[in-house]
Amino acid sequence: MKSNYDILVVGGGPAGALAAKTAAEAGHSVCLIEKRPAIGTPVRCAEGIGKELLKEFIEPDERWISADLQRARIIAPNGATISLDQSRAGNEVGYILDRKVFDRELVWRAAEAGSDVFVKTRAVAPIMENGAVKGAKVISAGKAMDVSADLVIAADGVESKFARWAGLNTTVPLGEMMSCVQYLMTDIPIDPVSTDFYLGREIAPEGYLWVFPKGDRTANVGIGISGRQSRDGTRARDYLDRFVAEHFPGGKIIEHIVGGVSICRPLPCTVADGLMVAGDAARVVDPITGGGIFNAMFTGRMAGQVGSECVSAGTCTKDALMKYDEAWRASYMGKTLERNYKVKDYFITLDDAKLNDLAGSLANINMEEFKVSTLIMELIKRNPKMLLELRALKNSIA
Amino acid sequence: MLTINRDICGYCGCCVAVCPEGALELIDAYLNLEGDCISCGICARACPLGALEVVHEE
Ligand SMILES: Cc1cc2nc3c(=O)[nH]c(=O)nc-3n(C[C@H](O)[C@H](O)[C@H](O)COP(=O)(O)OP(=O)(O)OC[C@H]3O[C@@H](n4cnc5c(N)ncnc54)[C@H](O)[C@@H]3O)c2cc1C
Ligand code: SF4
Ligand code: SF4
Repeated sequence: MKSNYDILVVGGGPAGALAAKTAAEAGHSVCLIEKRPAIGTPVRCAEGIGKELLKEFIEPDERWISADLQRARIIAPNGATISLDQSRAGNEVGYILDRKVFDRELVWRAAEAGSDVFVKTRAVAPIMENGAVKGAKVISAGKAMDVSADLVIAADGVESKFARWAGLNTTVPLGEMMSCVQYLMTDIPIDPVSTDFYLGREIAPEGYLWVFPKGDRTANVGIGISGRQSRDGTRARDYLDRFVAEHFPGGKIIEHIVGGVSICRPLPCTVADGLMVAGDAARVVDPITGGGIFNAMFTGRMAGQVGSECVSAGTCTKDALMKYDEAWRASYMGKTLERNYKVKDYFITLDDAKLNDLAGSLANINMEEFKVSTLIMELIKRNPKMLLELRALKNSIA
Repeated sequence: MLTINRDICGYCGCCVAVCPEGALELIDAYLNLEGDCISCGICARACPLGALEVVHEE
């Protein structure tokens, strides 16, 4: 590893990979460091992504696609099911990735573009000069060293510490941390082309439980519940075990993962002198779905672009880097995050009876487009008596 | 005092992200108490597996 780069990227997930690739393609010397011994493992993800969203970054490849989906189903507490079929939803539904391979592919492409990549290498502190980030102290396979850089892009995921060390408050409120557990299960009866989302206080308080297919009889079966609902006897794992015992008693668990998903608002500011923050570290996960792969790639690429321009111009001050913060907030992604935050705030107040009513009203839904805003408009149209109550939702998509 | 049961921990990072003191850190695949802990118990609430416990001394 050299001791000086134009740009240092901390974290080898989708955000870091896209940031490194973009900056290397712009002709800069880039170093990406990842603290784990292997990119992509252990997986901390249910691996779902919209087809069009994925294609914005990379052409789908069967080496890292586990399932090509045809529908999504939302299952209310009473079992009523809203089925959103590809044929009826108008546009495509999604893929289930194999992130062990997918994440590697992204980092591979960053390396191909010219980035140096180091695994088993973790940032332990920023190097600060006059209040500005100027690189990082790292430990690479046990050896301590300083890596200086004009710009550091912190893409260190949900457990992010780098931005915090540099002075940004990245703490996630307990109630807005989805505490998740997932089993990769095999030998279970599933619909291999449907992503299933189970809702309800008894099933997943202030969250949802998912069954995402990975093959004919194999699926990611996982759950996320709000951190404030988690305590002895009602932890995420307890809910998941109850569901599995009821629905998949004969299934075999071949992988067991845990993870955290922040569903708070994004960081109030995602830049500082010499520093940009991208992906989960910037808290840009969709507050309704918990999906963050696209948003990580989107902010990573944008950080790589704006960061490269600033490095070329010779100024990586907070003011110069603000263009990144403003651009992603003004983007379709940024606006969706803001809207979905308000929508989530409404949905977590609903008890099971209301969820059943709303789901019942959406039976036979025929959506032109598979979008949250379309779903909300349908809810409002079909529940005129609840108009007052649904006003908050209406305002959120205004 | 915060106790970490590393046999239970799955290294997810929930506790790291919610700790108001920034006291926890995931190093390689190992959770460590690195900073000043005020024994508030927030991390223990966030843990999906129950690997953390705040034990108050008598
Ligand atoms: C259970 C679960 C299910 C999910 N399901 C979905 C889903 O179906 N669809 C979806 O879109 N999203 C999903 N997500 C969210 C998605 O996984 C994340 O949003 C996405 O991985 C974020 O990418 P990232 O690059 O920002 O962070 P990460 O992928 O977390 O990558 C960050 C990397 O930084 C490394 N790192 C951390 N600190 C340091 C350091 N100091 N030095 C060096 N390296 C460091 C970490 O080891 C890690 O590899 C899910 C998350 C969980 C937990
Ligand atoms: S008890 Fe509180 S201060 Fe201590 S590690 Fe947990 S969240 Fe942080
Ligand atoms: S929240 Fe629990 S499982 Fe996750 S890292 Fe912390 S102690 Fe380990």
